[in-house]
Amino acid sequence: MSSAVAVETRHERRGFLAAAWAFVKHHILTLYSILFFAYLLIPIAVVIVFSFNHPSGKFNYVWQGFTWDNWRYWNGVPGIESAIILSLEIALIASVVATGLGTLIALALVRYGFRGRATTNILIFLPLSTPEIVLGASLLTLFLNLSFVTFGFQTILIAHIMFCISFAVVTVKARLVGFDRHLEEAAMDLGANEWTTFTKVTLPLIAPAVLAALLLCFAISIDDFVVTYFNSGSSVTFPLFVWGAARIGAPPQVNVIGTAIFVIALTAMLANVLVQMRRQKAAA
Amino acid sequence: MNFFHRHRETTPYLLLAPGVLFLAVFFVVPLGFLAYQSLESGNFDVGFSFTWAWSNYWNAIHDYRAQFVRSIEYAGIATLLALVASYPVAYWIAFRGGRWKNLLLLFIVAPFFVTYLIRTLAWETILSDNGFVVNTLQTLHVLGPGGRLLATSTAVVAGITYNFLPFMALPLYVSLEQIDERMIEAAEDLYASKLHAFLRVTLPLSLPGIVAGTLLTFIPAAGDFINAQLLGSTQNHMIGNVIQSKFLEQTDYPSAAAMSFILMGAILVFVFVYARLVGTEQLTGTAG
Repeated sequence: MSSAVAVETRHERRGFLAAAWAFVKHHILTLYSILFFAYLLIPIAVVIVFSFNHPSGKFNYVWQGFTWDNWRYWNGVPGIESAIILSLEIALIASVVATGLGTLIALALVRYGFRGRATTNILIFLPLSTPEIVLGASLLTLFLNLSFVTFGFQTILIAHIMFCISFAVVTVKARLVGFDRHLEEAAMDLGANEWTTFTKVTLPLIAPAVLAALLLCFAISIDDFVVTYFNSGSSVTFPLFVWGAARIGAPPQVNVIGTAIFVIALTAMLANVLVQMRRQKAAA
Repeated sequence: MNFFHRHRETTPYLLLAPGVLFLAVFFVVPLGFLAYQSLESGNFDVGFSFTWAWSNYWNAIHDYRAQFVRSIEYAGIATLLALVASYPVAYWIAFRGGRWKNLLLLFIVAPFFVTYLIRTLAWETILSDNGFVVNTLQTLHVLGPGGRLLATSTAVVAGITYNFLPFMALPLYVSLEQIDERMIEAAEDLYASKLHAFLRVTLPLSLPGIVAGTLLTFIPAAGDFINAQLLGSTQNHMIGNVIQSKFLEQTDYPSAAAMSFILMGAILVFVFVYARLVGTEQLTGTAG
């Protein structure tokens, strides 16, 4: 009797193990992907959690206790507020200028055949394939050799526009390639001149790509450390502030700002994705 | 008639002019200055003069061979790890993602929404000596009682891999997503095993993504100095650390410039060899 039970449970167990194995085999890719996402998101969780830490010393490495103070006094660390403002100003101007210049280049590259097109393509591609440290170092050498340049706002801005242009071109170009030129021809046939055609037909159609380029440039600019580090003089952007603070132990306020940037960016992207999903659902 | 009508052939140049001029002045010209500087001799106090000092290059290679080799090694390992780690996930999203695809992609790029330096500092917290990871590994005797993760090459490579992972995963996803699933089904109908179908159909078709991802990961990784600075010790310093300190701390501009060129040259060689293997059009995105 008891042995029968034992056999049965062994059977059951084997059945359970086999089922578990079959489940793992079938879902191995899904299980792996979940682990992968955990790996991606754990450092983000650490940033968020430690923004609520109440560190006893100057090192924000070990969890000591929960507090709202870091959020309430987010600008309680000298220099952090001006660094954030500088970063925002630079990112705003750099992304607008770079997207403008980049959109024009993308229009020329996709719409027209002209001498020098291949060279232009290479010129756009090169900054993307140059390590940031070389971009920063070469700009620094230029500015050092021009005696009238003062390091600070203007040098940082120039640097940011420079490395953002290529990203803007690539982003807008991707959208323009699938663009139906007949729409513009129709507008011209109906008597619109080139400028009217551009503002009334072309621009609205490429607007999503231009917006995407704008956001991308803004994100790259506000996150940039290396090129800025070489060309900032004594000005301090937010990443430079973090770098300086890290040497003596970054205060939890750094995590607060990091979390805030993350939440804002994530919300914007999430809204975009949800709109897309709804549109797909409506189309299906 | 307006200006554009009369000058149709000049229109593209007018569109290009402002942006290309900007890139010429602030990207091409500075590289020229950098090249010039790399052949100068002298020091910061007495001033630099141009003397065709090729010795800057030989000295850089001679003195900092270890850092150059380490940069290539760390970047290479990190690129390979990123490829192996993200390929299955890119595959999973592309073929099983359904209508959740965009949301899942958002998770992939989520680390980018946290400032680069801050996410590297988060790794410093995770790997710190009193942290959970080190304690667990010590309990399991993977690490000795005094063993640490911070200030090791493992930490630096892990940091680089993490920081550039989305650059690998996104192009992989894009190329996998474009594959017509019926091709794989056809291979299986023709009695290819699942493994065979993958190796002969899926993998070759995803090659453009592998190429793009490899370049996008390897190039910034090879020039990186932040991970080595924050997660490593001086034993793990890469060529980026040397360039950075020569430029900004020791003001030894000529040798720093020479090193920048060696790094850029090494990367360009890598890109062009790659380009020869897969075709330039694919690489520069000029196919469109």
